[in-house]
Amino acid sequence: MMKVARPELSFWERTNIPQILKGMWLTIRHIPKRKFTRQYPEEKPPLYGDYRGAPTLVRDPEGRVKCVACQLCEFVCPPKAIRITPGFRDEGRPDADVEKEPQEFEIDMLRCIYCGFCEEVCPEEAIFLQRDFAIAGYSREELKFNKQKLLELGGVREDSIWKWKYKGAPPPDAPAAPAREPRIQALARR
Amino acid sequence: MNELLIHLLKIAGVIGVMLGIVAYTVLAERWVCAWMQDRIGPNRVGPFGILQPLADGLKFIFKEDVLPRHVRHKFYFTVAPMITMVPALITVAVVPWGSYLPVLGHNIKGVIADLDVGILFIFAIASLGVYGIVLAGWSSNSKYPFLGGIRSSAQMISYEVCLGLSVVPVFMQAGTLNLWNVVLYQAEHTWLVWCQPLSFVIFMVSAFAETNRTPFDLPEAEQELVGGYHTEYSSMKFAMFFLGEYANMFVASALMATLFFGGWSLPVAPLNAPATTLAVGLAHVGVFLAKTLFFLFVFIWVRWTLPRFRYDQLMTLGWKVFVPLTIVNILVSSVVLAVMENG
Repeated sequence: MMKVARPELSFWERTNIPQILKGMWLTIRHIPKRKFTRQYPEEKPPLYGDYRGAPTLVRDPEGRVKCVACQLCEFVCPPKAIRITPGFRDEGRPDADVEKEPQEFEIDMLRCIYCGFCEEVCPEEAIFLQRDFAIAGYSREELKFNKQKLLELGGVREDSIWKWKYKGAPPPDAPAAPAREPRIQALARR
Repeated sequence: MNELLIHLLKIAGVIGVMLGIVAYTVLAERWVCAWMQDRIGPNRVGPFGILQPLADGLKFIFKEDVLPRHVRHKFYFTVAPMITMVPALITVAVVPWGSYLPVLGHNIKGVIADLDVGILFIFAIASLGVYGIVLAGWSSNSKYPFLGGIRSSAQMISYEVCLGLSVVPVFMQAGTLNLWNVVLYQAEHTWLVWCQPLSFVIFMVSAFAETNRTPFDLPEAEQELVGGYHTEYSSMKFAMFFLGEYANMFVASALMATLFFGGWSLPVAPLNAPATTLAVGLAHVGVFLAKTLFFLFVFIWVRWTLPRFRYDQLMTLGWKVFVPLTIVNILVSSVVLAVMENG
């Protein structure tokens, strides 16, 4: 058994008055101090390097849909947020018989857990997690993003993959490849 | 006729300014608490958030007025918030806001009701305020408001004793119960806080208890009583409790300024005597309001510094510390005053 000796309190300590004054001095000193509030909608929080936000579909520098409807992302998606209806490219296009293309590509943003597995698994580097984190809507339906919406959000990915255009090395004027995302290695380690 | 008009104008002015200050005290409370916690506070409604009270008021008006089914005595339930609010508005009538306002040949005295019983009137009316809280707690017919009401009645009665006894030396020294004359005494001599510091401290602490402010906010006690007596209230009824609390704070601050800090007077040349010009008269009102606002700030400051007392500590402090101290204070003051007067 341990006995904790209580400190002997002086008369003033027992009146609590010095402590009250001390406390009030403390609070008033905080009034002019720096404030920690972030004015959110105007002032966004800083996002770290490999932040995982909304997943989107991207186009290649030629403006073509990169996704080939292999459905690997649909398969790997832990919460089953992705639904792909496979299809073919429009007849008459020069690359119509080269690869498939999804007829419809839906991601339910309410189901998505932003794990980034879809991006990891994609053999075509067609799906990327962006840095958007504030995804809001008025209904559940509205938050099922379709192919068109996902392509709009994703935009064009300027990378070094020149599919169907050049055999072998890319042309000398092709843009340099951006640094590979560090999270790929991080996830592989896991 | 003119007299009546002047009085009506005075009442309208006092009530208007007071309710304005009360509304903005709520905003000031949120600002000060935010600053003390290194936050920014309300800043969205209007520039720097100064229109926040208007937004709050609108919200209260448009909220649904819920009458819980378990409320059996609808009359008392409805009347309780009014009883809390009204005494605060009545008591300002005897508080001197200024000395004189010489306007258009009239020498208007800066107080609505120049009662010779002044402070007794305030105690008489202010003690009615507890009925509002007790009735609210009882008529809500649910446990938390009931506990809040019980705590409130015990607390208010205990601290009214201290409140009343603590100011006795002040009136012994000033020789009058009329608050305007108490201020005049202080203008001619010195602020009573220098002569009666113990009175002032006890009065201030008791005022905190009377207005249900932290560290004595046991009747409300959000964490234990989910809001206490106003748990079942919503909409304007809740707003009235809210405004009543802040109006009581205003009256308590005004009383502290009046009784101990010279009311409208300042110990400098034109401000230490009743006004003869309009400018000085208005300056007196300004001085009074500045002192009152300072004490309102102290109310807020203390609330965001000190945690709540335990119930037995509250009662011990009231009955075992303050009541004996005030009695000793009265005895010592009367002896000193008697000695000073008779040689």
